[in-house]
Amino acid sequence: MIAEKAQNALRLSAVDKFARSLGLYVGQPLANARAMVPELEVVPANPKADAALLSQLADWCDRFTPVVALAAPDGLILDMAGAVHFFGDEADLLARICDELLQRRFSVQAAIAGTALAAHALARHRAGLIVPEGREAEAVSPLPIEALQLDAVTTHAFRRAGLKTIGQAASRKRSEIVARFGASTLAVMDEALGLGSGRPINPRKPAPDYWETQGFAEPVVTETVIRAALQEIAQQLCAVMVQEGVGARRLEASFFRADGAIRSIAVESGAPVRHVGVIDRLFHERLAALADPLDPGFGFDLIRLAASRVEKMQEVMITLEADAQAEAEIAFLVDRLAARFGREQVLRFQPQDTHEPERSWATTPAQEPATSAFTWQVIRSDAEAPRRPLRLFTPPEPVTVEEAPPRLLWRKAARGLTRWEGPERLASPWWRLQGPEPNTRDYFRAEDDTGRRYWLFRDLSREPSQWFLHGMFA
Amino acid sequence: MEAPPAIPDKIASLREALARPGLAKPVARASLGHEAVDDVLQGGLARGALHEVFAAPGHEASATGFATGLALRLAGDKPMLWIGQSFAAREYGAACPAGLLEYGLDPSRLIFLALSKMQDGLRAAGDALTCASLGCVIIEIAGNPKLLDLTASRRLVLAAAEHGVSILLLRLGAEAEASAAETRWLVKAAAQVPQDENDWGHPVFDVSLVRHRQGRMGQWVMAWSCDNGRFETAKAAAGPVVSLSSDRQAEAA
Repeated sequence: MIAEKAQNALRLSAVDKFARSLGLYVGQPLANARAMVPELEVVPANPKADAALLSQLADWCDRFTPVVALAAPDGLILDMAGAVHFFGDEADLLARICDELLQRRFSVQAAIAGTALAAHALARHRAGLIVPEGREAEAVSPLPIEALQLDAVTTHAFRRAGLKTIGQAASRKRSEIVARFGASTLAVMDEALGLGSGRPINPRKPAPDYWETQGFAEPVVTETVIRAALQEIAQQLCAVMVQEGVGARRLEASFFRADGAIRSIAVESGAPVRHVGVIDRLFHERLAALADPLDPGFGFDLIRLAASRVEKMQEVMITLEADAQAEAEIAFLVDRLAARFGREQVLRFQPQDTHEPERSWATTPAQEPATSAFTWQVIRSDAEAPRRPLRLFTPPEPVTVEEAPPRLLWRKAARGLTRWEGPERLASPWWRLQGPEPNTRDYFRAEDDTGRRYWLFRDLSREPSQWFLHGMFA
Repeated sequence: MEAPPAIPDKIASLREALARPGLAKPVARASLGHEAVDDVLQGGLARGALHEVFAAPGHEASATGFATGLALRLAGDKPMLWIGQSFAAREYGAACPAGLLEYGLDPSRLIFLALSKMQDGLRAAGDALTCASLGCVIIEIAGNPKLLDLTASRRLVLAAAEHGVSILLLRLGAEAEASAAETRWLVKAAAQVPQDENDWGHPVFDVSLVRHRQGRMGQWVMAWSCDNGRFETAKAAAGPVVSLSSDRQAEAA
């Protein structure tokens, strides 16, 4: 028994079967119920915990379809389009969902229909029903008007008008309904009656474009078997993608453990993929690199592979141009490295339109296409040594420069400078100024008596100016 | 992306190799441009092999420059993978794209892998060596990690030979140790002989070839021509010759 404060009184918000048999009902004032059943056991309502449980349950339902929506406070909507055949037919599916939930000690009411609203209404009022396509009107008609889940005022208005069931309401002319209750109410009725396609549901996670699932009567445990299973699923998924002329840039494998735990692992690719070998290799890399390895426990009873971010893809000719082939090989290497070490570690450099030393290039994930509008600009003149160092210190290291004799003091060692060249003045453009002082630096190239070359600057925006070592040349 | 690794092709080529015992594959060599060095190397640096570039203490940037030059000669116009190590970046500075550009390496050719663990770096290098479209792998290794033992270097040598991808170990702050490398170089900067006050010429290295599986060793002073993308002869200034402890150790190895 659960009570909650509503309309200024403690009222029952949920009752179990036994309580219902004693004549208690939802919405009944607690005092009233106590009078009927003095030994009543009451638990305060905890909507947060309810929501968390529902969300957990939704995760678990992921095993039936990746498109699961919440119908708070106590319902779930599963879009089974394209997923029924994994479980036999619709009756098998419904029985399986109910059985498994019952085993987990949930009481469950479920129904299958062509639109989400019809299914929702039927689940609450005629549980267990499977409505063949196009027969929603017949199934929904006897339901009370409340099943439409309209707001209280509209529902009350229907009742006042003597329209107590959905069927009665549907028997009125459409224009009358619109005139009295508004076009949106008519749309809701249409959806319940299975006219039109209904509103799309709002799934918790973006639905993948393609997915394939494989269930195992005997849960799979070993790495080899899991890999083989994943390969087999990939084969089916790739066949579909080839047929559709697409490839996926993101693939997510979900491993459903027999005890309800779910682990999802995704790999990304720079170019669309639909080759089993490639997918297998990427997942192999990713799984091997997991800090927290895949724990099969007593085994996975279901594995799903979902493809998203799909892109149109031309069938590649066998006689590839050498360039394209090489490019594809490099892209595959990048994908493998990204799968293993993370996409933020596999980088490419892109030119930027500024001479500011630290901003003259950008570092972006190599999986993303090169987008820079600029080209690399060599600054040095012919026969001159590089004007930028090979190794750069970030941040620059503070040093001391003595003028006579010229010496550089860095990391507790003194180096005698034999020559230097400069300054090259580099200043932040005015629009990027942060403080009141412009960030102006005078850069020098200097060589010590062993031939080592330093990239030094004097920070003129400090008072007194301060020397830094920014990098080292070859 | 569509093309799988051509395993049947590989098997066929391996069969072919086995059918002709005693006939070693001719080694592809990349000339460095410096005549005396190319001569000692019998034409150039072997491609599809492992080479080590050791920095003399304090000369890490020069070693980086020398290794970059070798990589440019080895890779032709193929892309390169540079595996950087976060510890090396803190201690010796991080590879700088603007500097590589000035040096003659177009940064667009580079895939840069930023890693912190040596184990990951070796694993990534091994993986990259199976990609025949890659010209060269450069991996920064700071210190003497235990993981990089003789077995690990042999593994890299085999992978490099199989697909013809060259690998350069840029050893920073390291002491010479046993390895399966084809060549080992010890690099320090060399002081220049300036023509005049404004002559700020190409980088000059004092390079010792301290290990060479196929032949002679040697010591040269060479310059990297950023304009021509090759090593050239250069004269070192008559200055104090710094004695470096790792010279002796490298020779002993």
